[in-house]
Amino acid sequence: MRLLRLKAGHGEVMLAEGDVEVPEQELELIEAFRRELDQGMCAAVPTETSDGRREAELVKSFDEVPRDAERVIFFPRAAGGAPGTSR
Amino acid sequence: MWLALGTTAVVLLALLWDLARPWLRRKLAERRTAAAARRERAAQTGYDPGRERRAEQRARALLRSCVDEEAWAMYRDLGFLRVWGGLGDRARGASYAYLIYPHKPIVAYLPQTGELLNEYCVAFPDQSRPYGSARLPDSDDVLAKWMALTADERHLIAEANMHLPGRQVDPERARRDLLRLARWERTPGGAPRGAHAEGHTPPSTPSRAQAGRQAGELMGGADSVPAA
Repeated sequence: MRLLRLKAGHGEVMLAEGDVEVPEQELELIEAFRRELDQGMCAAVPTETSDGRREAELVKSFDEVPRDAERVIFFPRAAGGAPGTSR
Repeated sequence: MWLALGTTAVVLLALLWDLARPWLRRKLAERRTAAAARRERAAQTGYDPGRERRAEQRARALLRSCVDEEAWAMYRDLGFLRVWGGLGDRARGASYAYLIYPHKPIVAYLPQTGELLNEYCVAFPDQSRPYGSARLPDSDDVLAKWMALTADERHLIAEANMHLPGRQVDPERARRDLLRLARWERTPGGAPRGAHAEGHTPPSTPSRAQAGRQAGELMGGADSVPAA
């Protein structure tokens, strides 16, 4: 499992990678997961439905992450706004 | 005599050097500090087209790996994504849909008539501002919207600022994009697979009022989407 974070000006960065079946690696993943949530990030797991459609599932704790998930993507929390078009 | 003058000159030079050395050292240190500060400022706020391009390439690759083939082809060819509305209730089919543009509001519309319903202004500011800007690469912004919308449409819509069409996205542009989308879907290479597969196309042709009610239910109030 890989934990990725969307980052301004960079694209995604890998925060942690490990096998959830290996206790030490799972602990590292859990710590990294909590750190991101503490920083106000949202976590989503890209999934595929039975009819082949792709969607995402928001998770609020590591327990909610499917054990077979390949990656969890962290992104900044949504905020209502009026984004401009200029850089 | 020449020897005396030469010796005096050497002594004077040595004295001057001794006097000037602390001043020179101080000036050199100041210049170094100023250069370092300039470099740091440039790193924090400077717009680096190369870095932004690489960021966007990474973001596109990630988006491609997350969305299905049709959605990726749509984004690649047209520059926006369409997501069917009412994901929480697929059994009834989607009577409205959203257009997701990078760094622009999400536009809700009626697929059957092309009528624009609302704009939902939502942003995903990266407050860590790693390069001085909170702005995600375009494709990451689209991915964040897609994930938030497909995972929890109700929450995203509740968080967004809702406006009537035309606030930020030119309605003419949105209508042109809908026409482009329709043309693209008719093109053999346009919609790779499942563009009209079960679950993707609304099974019925709802009226604007019906769609408004369905969207209104989603947002917790019938007035959320103005009915015709």
